[in-house]
Amino acid sequence: MERIHLLLPDPAKKPAALILGILFGFLLQKGGVTRYETIIGQLLLLDFTVLKVMLSAVLTGMLGIEILLRFNLVALHPKHGSFGSSVIGGLIFGLGFGLLGYCPGTAAGAAGQGSLDALFGGVGGMLLGAAFYSEIYHRIEPSVLRWGNFGDITLPELLRTSRWKVVTAVAALLAAVLAALYLAGL
Amino acid sequence: MSWLTMPRWPAITVGVAIGLLECLTFLLLDKPIGCSTAFTRTSGLIEKALRGNAAAEKPYYRLFPPVIDWEWVFVAGIPLGAFLAAFSSGTFRIEWVPSLWTAIFGTGISRRLGAALTGGFLVGLGSRWAGGCTSGHGISGCLQLALSSWLASAAFFAGGILSAILLFSLPGR
Repeated sequence: MERIHLLLPDPAKKPAALILGILFGFLLQKGGVTRYETIIGQLLLLDFTVLKVMLSAVLTGMLGIEILLRFNLVALHPKHGSFGSSVIGGLIFGLGFGLLGYCPGTAAGAAGQGSLDALFGGVGGMLLGAAFYSEIYHRIEPSVLRWGNFGDITLPELLRTSRWKVVTAVAALLAAVLAALYLAGL
Repeated sequence: MSWLTMPRWPAITVGVAIGLLECLTFLLLDKPIGCSTAFTRTSGLIEKALRGNAAAEKPYYRLFPPVIDWEWVFVAGIPLGAFLAAFSSGTFRIEWVPSLWTAIFGTGISRRLGAALTGGFLVGLGSRWAGGCTSGHGISGCLQLALSSWLASAAFFAGGILSAILLFSLPGR
């Protein structure tokens, strides 16, 4: 079945992206996740705001995208991965995450609320880190990045079951974790 | 309009709204929300400005050419939106050192900037290494049920929890 789409024409993409980006930044700041204290509080397991925001975003987005998929309105874009890329890269990210207290999106947001450590340290450091990665990419691409390569597989493909079963199970799990966080007063 | 002047919205409200924003981005732009690619494009643009076109020939910049695309514009919108949110609630303030950092490590700006720069470097490196960050993997990839994203997100938080706990239990801090 051919995809019906509401895709914007090219000239409209950047203006639309600017508006969506402004909305995203607005939401991150109102959610408190552009604050150093909130992110470090999460990593020290004292404040669960970050987890609540992320789990409810994944829950809503997952159900929304699933419905839109049924109507052929969207296409999925799962990222490729491998243990060498996803796990090692993820751990490097994590070590920096605890030192910086922001991630790329929330550092950009924190800069907008006046947090200069996020602007000069965070954004500056991330640009240096990204530049460094472009220097080493050709060396790690044939080796580390290919360790335990699994491509762009999704959980339903991995488990060889229907998308709806996995979506239902993950939705129930996320809802249960969110409910538990609220019941525990976290 | 009192909700507009509120300094904090409930986490679930914000999360649900971000989930809907994802659906809108998929619908209108046929791509999930992501932030860290824009940092690669910016570092490429800077290298190109400093060292000429040879820098843009690096294999990684051929994969992610140093251009301003709509995802870059999206990320540029984030500080604008955050400014509007902070301004609307009167919480905008210029701050070099966050209060929690001050309480533990003192008010020294260079100490905080050194940690932030080191952490930022690792976040920039790790997000490109893993092919995404807390938005691209953590939210967008997880909601698509991508295995790469669930693994990367687990690693982001495992590393982050370890790093924050070690930092905050440093002896003689």
